[in-house]
Amino acid sequence: MFKTRIKALIILLLGIGIGFFVYKSEVAHMSLAPEEAPKGLASFPFKLGLDLSGGTHLVYKADVSQVFGSEVNDSMSSLRDVIERRVNMFGVAEPSVQVQDGGFSNAGEQRLIVDLPGVTDISQAVEMIGQTPTLDFRTENPDPDAPQEAVVDENGVVEVNLNSQYVLTELTGRYLDKAILEFDSTTGEAIVGLRFDAEGAKLFEKITTENVGKSVAIFLDGQPISIPTVNEPITGGEAQISGNFKPEEAKLLVGRLNSGALPVPISLISTQTIGPSLGMEATTAGVKAAIIGFLAIALFLLLWYRLPGLIAVIALSIYVMIMLAIFKLLPVTLTAAGIAGFILSIGIAVDANVLIFERIKEELRSGDKIEDSIRLGFKRAWLSVRDSNISSIITAIILFWFGTTLIQGFALVFLIGVIISMISAIAITRLFLYILNIKRTNKLTSFLFGSGLSSAKAVPVNAVSIGNKADLSVQAGKK
Amino acid sequence: MFIIKNRKIFVTISAILVSLSIASLFVFGLKLGIDFKGGSFLEIEYTTERPAQDVVEESIKVLEIGEIIVQPMGETGYSIKSRDISEEERASVMTVLGEDAIEKSFTSIGPSVGAELVRKSIISFILVVLGIIFWIAFSFRKVSKPVSSWKYGFIAVMALIHDVIIPIGIFTVVSYYHGFEVDTLFVVAILTILALSVSDTIVVFDRIRENIRIKSSKDFTETVGQSIKQVYTRSIATSSTTLIILIALIIFGPTSTKMFAIMLAAGMFFGTYSSLFLASPLLVMFKNTQKN
Repeated sequence: MFKTRIKALIILLLGIGIGFFVYKSEVAHMSLAPEEAPKGLASFPFKLGLDLSGGTHLVYKADVSQVFGSEVNDSMSSLRDVIERRVNMFGVAEPSVQVQDGGFSNAGEQRLIVDLPGVTDISQAVEMIGQTPTLDFRTENPDPDAPQEAVVDENGVVEVNLNSQYVLTELTGRYLDKAILEFDSTTGEAIVGLRFDAEGAKLFEKITTENVGKSVAIFLDGQPISIPTVNEPITGGEAQISGNFKPEEAKLLVGRLNSGALPVPISLISTQTIGPSLGMEATTAGVKAAIIGFLAIALFLLLWYRLPGLIAVIALSIYVMIMLAIFKLLPVTLTAAGIAGFILSIGIAVDANVLIFERIKEELRSGDKIEDSIRLGFKRAWLSVRDSNISSIITAIILFWFGTTLIQGFALVFLIGVIISMISAIAITRLFLYILNIKRTNKLTSFLFGSGLSSAKAVPVNAVSIGNKADLSVQAGKK
Repeated sequence: MFIIKNRKIFVTISAILVSLSIASLFVFGLKLGIDFKGGSFLEIEYTTERPAQDVVEESIKVLEIGEIIVQPMGETGYSIKSRDISEEERASVMTVLGEDAIEKSFTSIGPSVGAELVRKSIISFILVVLGIIFWIAFSFRKVSKPVSSWKYGFIAVMALIHDVIIPIGIFTVVSYYHGFEVDTLFVVAILTILALSVSDTIVVFDRIRENIRIKSSKDFTETVGQSIKQVYTRSIATSSTTLIILIALIIFGPTSTKMFAIMLAAGMFFGTYSSLFLASPLLVMFKNTQKN
């Protein structure tokens, strides 16, 4: 008995500890300044899905028709890397970029799913993902008669279109190994250093050798950004672009060059944006429904099941805390559907307790002592608790397997909820009922263990008690 | 036992509800949402007062993005439905709506994404149904007298269909008057109802099975009656707790999960009803026809 009490105390303290963790980490996270990097407890916030936090969800179709079957996976993962770099460059907090393989369910389309929490300007999001910087090196057009185009703008400034003056070479951004931001040691001007890979270095050497004394133009996105004159052949595969950049411009350019071109063309097939106010409304409503629902159930349990009801409320509170801690620690991405799943799982967690209490009451009616009734009640209720949850578990697993993000949000929470609720009902509720250590059965105890309008007084053995005494042997025989 | 004695009445009530639901399915129909069909949905809110509906319609018609449906939403907002539109088209819609219009949410789903969801839903549905049928078969593998185990399974499946058809019927009526469409959560609701309702039926059948084993009564009808008497309190208690919390979700929860919660609550209610008032009476009726 002493051991059991210690165990119950430990569980109670653990429950309080978990609750404390959930509360503290939430307070710590809320008091963070927007720019501050979370550390310690604050690094375990609830992870809200786009429908609650606001944000943009984009689905791209990748055109892999030009890629060999065996290389599809490689090009998809390098596509993901490129997009991830681009998204990161724009400072989105916790973006997610995922490849969805072509399978039967999506008619073999290779897709890329991009989630951008907090970004509600779709145009900006689409633009930053779709940007493909093209970098190429061009040499002077050997044809002296190439037509020249010039535009005179309204201020009378003549702008010569240089495109016809230069011709493409083989050297493009494809051969770029890395771009680096540098500063000129004398002028302090920002310059972009380019480092080519082995092949690029050879091409660059060839171009500079052939064009000593001439200019080589560096074009970015079809616009000349720098037209240096070649003084001598350059070996070693390094070049610099100095184009009167502001430091921020140079930094952005370096970022864009490093993020590179997309390995396969992509097209946007689906978008979803949730404004921050709508997300906030949904979150508040979800939390409110959960709290009110929980209180209503607690009231029901106390009024209907009395003392065991109180224990169930404690067990249920520990269950809620464990779930919240799991959401924070895993972390589970919470969506509106996920919150609904959580709320539903609270209802189901109560079910297990109710099944147990009803069994205990039956045992009491058949005249068993309270202590024995609790033991037998649990033993017999366990099978139905287990059985009644199996179909939920089967369904949750299938939904998680096949679902879209929205369905998975529900399925994962529901699955975790069903499993944890079984454990909490069997382990926690039982332990707490045991430590009451009720040996005697009197008016008070039978009132406390009664339910609704009836007390748990023993009634003469009749049809009601069928299946209690006798099925002990059946249970034993089964094992 | 009251339920068994009046079994014909209860089975008739269920039959009527199922027929009504099927009828409303044909009369009102199920409208597929953009999740499945593809299309776009834009929610806007005006900072001050919203312009008249036809003004909004006319200004968007200029863009020629095909058929649009504009519906008032909340106090100062509108929702606009159309075919799936590109990013440029969305931007131009927002431009013609003016500066006062704030975009609350926007969804555009390409037809291939919709088609994928349809396939995924069908696969999940088939797998869940198969999983549950196997589970029922497994649960009843040991009982074969006096009613063979496949009959328990058959009745459990009938109760399952009953529990799913009635919420669908309720959905068609509600959606006809309030403009709900079949979305992803509809599918999730159906599959969750399948899971929850079968477990309830299994709990009742489990008791019957147990009482047959310990030979509580020679008469099968009486055994079923006793079993119901033993389980009805807790069946009702467990589903009332779940109902309480689902009602909280319907009243206070987010708009996006309201219909979902209504369907689950209906499924929960009729799931409990069917396991007590339909499945067990049907079992007795099956047994009786067997005798004749």
